[in-house]
Amino acid sequence: MLEVHLPGLDLKNPVMPASGCFAFGKEYGTLYDLNQLGAITIKAATLHARFGNPTPRVAETPSGMLNAIGLQNPGAEQIISEELPYLAGYDVPVIANIAGSEMSDYVQTAEKMSASPVVRALELNISCPNVKHGGIQFGTVPEVAAELTAKVKAVSAKPVYVKLSPNVTDIVAMARAVEQAGADGLSMINTLLGMRIDLRTKRPVLANQTGGLSGPAIKPVAIRMIYEVSQKVNIPIIGMGGIQSADDVIEYFLAGASAVAVGTANFIDPLICPKIIHELPGKLNALGVSDINDLVGRSWKSWNRKNG
Amino acid sequence: MIQEEMVVTAQTKIADGVFELRLSGRIATLVTEPGQFVHMRVPGESGMLSPVLRRPISICSVDPAHRELTLIYRVVGLGSQLLSNTCPGMKIDVFGPLGHGFPVDEVPAGGRALMIGGGVGVPPLYGLAEALTDRGIEVTHILGFRSDKDIFYEAQFAALGETVIFTDDGSHGRKGLVTDAIGEAAYDVAYACGPLPMLKAVQNVITEKPLFVSMEQRMGCGFGACLACAVHTTDAQDHKGYRRVCCDGPVFRAGEVELC
Ligand SMILES: Cc1cc2nc3c(=O)[nH]c(=O)nc-3n(C[C@H](O)[C@H](O)[C@H](O)COP(=O)(O)OP(=O)(O)OC[C@H]3O[C@@H](n4cnc5c(N)ncnc54)[C@H](O)[C@@H]3O)c2cc1C
Ligand SMILES: Cc1cc2nc3c(=O)[nH]c(=O)nc-3n(C[C@H](O)[C@H](O)[C@H](O)COP(=O)(O)O)c2cc1C
Repeated sequence: MLEVHLPGLDLKNPVMPASGCFAFGKEYGTLYDLNQLGAITIKAATLHARFGNPTPRVAETPSGMLNAIGLQNPGAEQIISEELPYLAGYDVPVIANIAGSEMSDYVQTAEKMSASPVVRALELNISCPNVKHGGIQFGTVPEVAAELTAKVKAVSAKPVYVKLSPNVTDIVAMARAVEQAGADGLSMINTLLGMRIDLRTKRPVLANQTGGLSGPAIKPVAIRMIYEVSQKVNIPIIGMGGIQSADDVIEYFLAGASAVAVGTANFIDPLICPKIIHELPGKLNALGVSDINDLVGRSWKSWNRKNG
Repeated sequence: MIQEEMVVTAQTKIADGVFELRLSGRIATLVTEPGQFVHMRVPGESGMLSPVLRRPISICSVDPAHRELTLIYRVVGLGSQLLSNTCPGMKIDVFGPLGHGFPVDEVPAGGRALMIGGGVGVPPLYGLAEALTDRGIEVTHILGFRSDKDIFYEAQFAALGETVIFTDDGSHGRKGLVTDAIGEAAYDVAYACGPLPMLKAVQNVITEKPLFVSMEQRMGCGFGACLACAVHTTDAQDHKGYRRVCCDGPVFRAGEVELC
């Protein structure tokens, strides 16, 4: 009922923690059995270690939060030697999120991470709003995103999912560009660029000034983008943005997602992923659905049928 | 470390904008060190969205036999305001106990400890003072508040050991800064919790004896996964180069991390 098969990923259920919200699994592994998860998307890896941005790195917003962690991570080699062995102990596919500031370091990171037997797929983060150099054009200019995708595909030993930024005017153009460049799937969406200003200090709350907005506040934006993109591409979409319940997961499938990732909600309720997975069968039964895969894109598929 | 619904057993205003909250539940039996904290999901009110993130609050004291925790917090914004509206019998979603607290074994048997606190940094020092006096350690407290109306727990601290109160405006106790009295105290180990400028000043004064400081940072997950609260180590050669305030701290040996 919950099993999902995507390029490189045979998932017992379609629910996984989103990159950057679950580190490399150890902390959540002390709270519950990670084998319950459909997959695990690990924190972004860059070629070399990064400390990230100064604090404050997070700020609360109505129904959401801003973060500007700045891709803090110990670097690809150390992730492979120090972090992945822990996840190898679980029967859960690992998706390695990779980031960079230039084509060449993306490519080298992709080559290293995809070579690890623990990693089943790459998630190419072309959309992190919190890094000063490079970063942004990879996620906003279709030609640049396509070139990067092709270069990463050429070296990757595993399927590549490209994680799209919502901070663009034409998300369909971005999705089509990376599909044509060889992407095996899409992840959408990353965070929306935002800011909060402190009334007392009259300065931005985040030390980085701007940050990425996540949480329930961005769910309608993600649903709309997945609805638009899924009708125009032939590769699967891992949907994310504000998911907090089994109902949200079903809404993402209806929009056109084939799997989902849960980010911010892990901070609100550390047990949210197993809770959602546990609730899903009952919710599907109530809708008379016997296989979650039947729901993919049903919002537009049924519409087309009625009008076609 | 568990997540559970704790029951509010008491909510008392103990100073201007400062509340003492008692909570009952299993978390109270899991606390291992004074200075650990809980991460609380604050319930919203009808017609209003609940705050998204949890709020970190230090454990002031713990009564495992009665499965009860005491927290003391100041109302500063939406979350703490909503928390102050909760009444006995209500349930609150609490995650904890979290973090590494004050090492009580650092003080040699029969030794003396100095506690320096400012404002709502004072509460975790109370549980620490209890734990130390239980071990026969002699404790001295230097506690700073803005003004007379902000003071709490003076009698409780005084019952455990010598207690010197400072106020910024001299409306109660001595006028001045907590650092003014450090030189007058005899101690083997010092512990401090309070606003950043106070911690920096204390760290500049106490250079010869062991000092432990409790830090605050804005947090996401509260247990090490999101890296929202990462701070640099002072040792540039440190293999990681950073510590997470939520799980490597919030208490650090002075000089281990940059105070920021
Ligand atoms: C380990 C630790 C222990 C703490 N112990 C206590 C205590 O015992 N008593 C007490 O009164 N306060 C304590 N604080 C501070 C307390 O967490 C904040 O006052 C509280 O989160 C403010 O929430 P708010 O919604 O009222 O304020 P808002 O300003 O509306 O909060 C907005 C956001 O900023 C965060 N935030 C604001 N101020 C702080 C701060 N100083 N530290 C961390 N996050 C902050 C909030 O958690 C929230 O996510 C502690 C903080 C930490 C990190
Ligand atoms: C604290 C934090 C750190 C994040 N780090 C990363 C990251 O390293 N790489 C990445 O691709 N996305 C990162 N994201 C984005 C999430 O993976 C996700 O796309 C986004 O938060 C939307 O989902 P949500 O609303 O469920 O959080 C991060 C988000 C948060 C809140």
